[in-house]
Amino acid sequence: MTETAFKRMKDLPSTHLLGSGTPMCAGCGGLAALQEIYDVLGSRTVFINAAGCMTLLSVYPFTPFRGSWLYTAMASAPAGAQGVRDALDVLLEQKRIEPDEDLGVVVLTGDGAAYGMGLSATSGAIERNLDFLYICYDNEGYGNTGQQFSGATPHAAQTATSKGPRGFRGYKKDLFAIWTAHKPAYVATVIGAEPLDLVRKIEKAKQLNGPRLIIALAPCPTGWDYDPRESADIGKLAVKTGVWPLKEYVDGKVLHTKIPHPRLPVEDYLNKQGRFAHLFEPKRNTTLLEEIQQRVDDYWADIEA
Amino acid sequence: MTRRLLTGNGAAAWGARLARVDYVPAFPITPQTEIIETLAAWMDNGEMPGRSVTLESEHSMITAAGAAAATGVRVFTATSSQGLLYGMEMVYTVAGWRAPFVMINVSRGLASPITLEPDHNDIMAARDSGFLQIHCATCQEVLDSVLIAYRLGEDARVRLPVIVNLDGFYLSFTREPVEIPDTQAVEGFLSPYDPESTRFRASAPGSQAVAVLGGSPYSYFRYESHLAALNGLTVYDEAVSAFAATFGREYRAVEAYRCEDAEILFVMIGSFATKARQAVDQLREAGQAVGLLRPRLLRPFPAAQLVQLMAGKQGVAVIDQNISMGMGGVLHAELASALYGKPDAPPVLASFIGGLGGRDISPEEFYEIAAVVRRAVADGETPAPQLLYTRDEMREVRKLQTIAHAERNELESGQ
Repeated sequence: MTETAFKRMKDLPSTHLLGSGTPMCAGCGGLAALQEIYDVLGSRTVFINAAGCMTLLSVYPFTPFRGSWLYTAMASAPAGAQGVRDALDVLLEQKRIEPDEDLGVVVLTGDGAAYGMGLSATSGAIERNLDFLYICYDNEGYGNTGQQFSGATPHAAQTATSKGPRGFRGYKKDLFAIWTAHKPAYVATVIGAEPLDLVRKIEKAKQLNGPRLIIALAPCPTGWDYDPRESADIGKLAVKTGVWPLKEYVDGKVLHTKIPHPRLPVEDYLNKQGRFAHLFEPKRNTTLLEEIQQRVDDYWADIEA
Repeated sequence: MTRRLLTGNGAAAWGARLARVDYVPAFPITPQTEIIETLAAWMDNGEMPGRSVTLESEHSMITAAGAAAATGVRVFTATSSQGLLYGMEMVYTVAGWRAPFVMINVSRGLASPITLEPDHNDIMAARDSGFLQIHCATCQEVLDSVLIAYRLGEDARVRLPVIVNLDGFYLSFTREPVEIPDTQAVEGFLSPYDPESTRFRASAPGSQAVAVLGGSPYSYFRYESHLAALNGLTVYDEAVSAFAATFGREYRAVEAYRCEDAEILFVMIGSFATKARQAVDQLREAGQAVGLLRPRLLRPFPAAQLVQLMAGKQGVAVIDQNISMGMGGVLHAELASALYGKPDAPPVLASFIGGLGGRDISPEEFYEIAAVVRRAVADGETPAPQLLYTRDEMREVRKLQTIAHAERNELESGQ
């Protein structure tokens, strides 16, 4: 692997490939991540999209992409990537197109598709060792339909379908572990608020072949209920409190790329978001807050040791 | 040209091979599996170029088929029954991509109850999707229809995917002598696929299958697909004329058998129509002027040809191998809509449902159908739709029920 081209913040691109004026919400953490990702990937890419917020990026006759785009359906974007990759390979093998006509194949879905409906198609694509990059923008709920809970929703979060005093009863599914269990070429977690960590991982993923998967936590002002201006701060707090570990899986090993130290209390992250307001108002829910803190502590116990 | 004994499935695979397909996304399902096994074996041992990939579901398989076609290669795939339904979201979706490819459907009844044997409810569920449909009655026709389907779907006036349908077991597993056309002759009939602008290339970025906002652009693109499907009527006629000129076999949109002087017509699709054909011969020998119409092309619907062929007849029996719950036979309803208000429309258009889940239709039943229609003509009144079922069958089902009850009673009494 070559040395990173991104040693410090000023190495990040100052102009962006992704066009502006998209219909994403103000402060969309998913769009922030995508903008940083696209600068590294470049325009020789074809995005294969599943139903979600970002389906609205390309609405006839507009697109913010310099490269190509194919919308599929909610469950089968990785299968769309399979068809495109295989077709390009056949054309290249038979010399029916020049090598410089090739494209990087990139799946782009939300957590609804990635953690749930599309999991079978994703598993199949990894098992077939498909040469593709999967980008999941994870806003921890079915955001495009008004933030109902999904398999990515964290414990206790209030969503449109978990409005009770305890919020969501389930626990956020460990998609990173599900993906790494398949032994793909690369898996990483990223967040737009940590751009240097993000671009290095995309840079690394771009140089590898085979299935490469990125989960970008996507702070969501409308779904998480906070002011759009807070997006970057909330993203940074997700990392600093240890709620969103930044890590990568390569060559069979998991490496944490940023270990928060000192690790801030999870409350600092939770109390900025309306979806967790019921943990503080009208009365502090100490039991639930302690449970959430304990789970984060347990995660880091081995890693910090 | 060589002649071989081939199953309907084998004939489908030969069609794909001769069409020089580049890509075969696959998923196994009875009774279709032999098709993808055959193609995978040819690709593995180098007899056929291209690539075959087994996906993890039909939903993914049809997505991959559409995506590869949208990237600009010639694609072939195959499914059946539950598989077609599992992939149905993508059947509708990829049709709108206007990236043509050919899919075989080996017809099989739908759950519930789950079964392996054929009827047409699976393919009827794809009726309104935008895929064109060609229905086959012989193994030769399966091979030839695959070639015709590529020429039809890839035509610049059409640009839609095509389903070639054959009946499970009765065609899929039946061996018939099939002429395998010469490669060169096929190349003369079917040009290499020209993807036009429907492709992904680094030098020509493009967005495909994007969302629209509002009913106007949505309606525009839906109407475009419909009008393209209608263009398929002309393109199909041209394709089968060219096919007949090259290979000497005729495949009109509607096959008319002994219809010219017929008073009564049977209308059927698929391989069971060969049973009706035999019944026509026997009825003719008995002095009855009966004929058979077999639409090969179901989408686009060859309404004008059907109306013309039925004009002036006394009565028509539509035998549907499908059932729209609470309505009846799908083909019957389509014919009724085509005939309504036409000056020479036959006064009797009777509906019969049979052949569900592989249930046979016996010669006697065809004679009875003809008799029912003849009586209806005499009475001047179309009879209510009839569900074909014999006393013997009812007795067999009663026996099964008796066994089921006896077993349950025994279990419940704790013996």
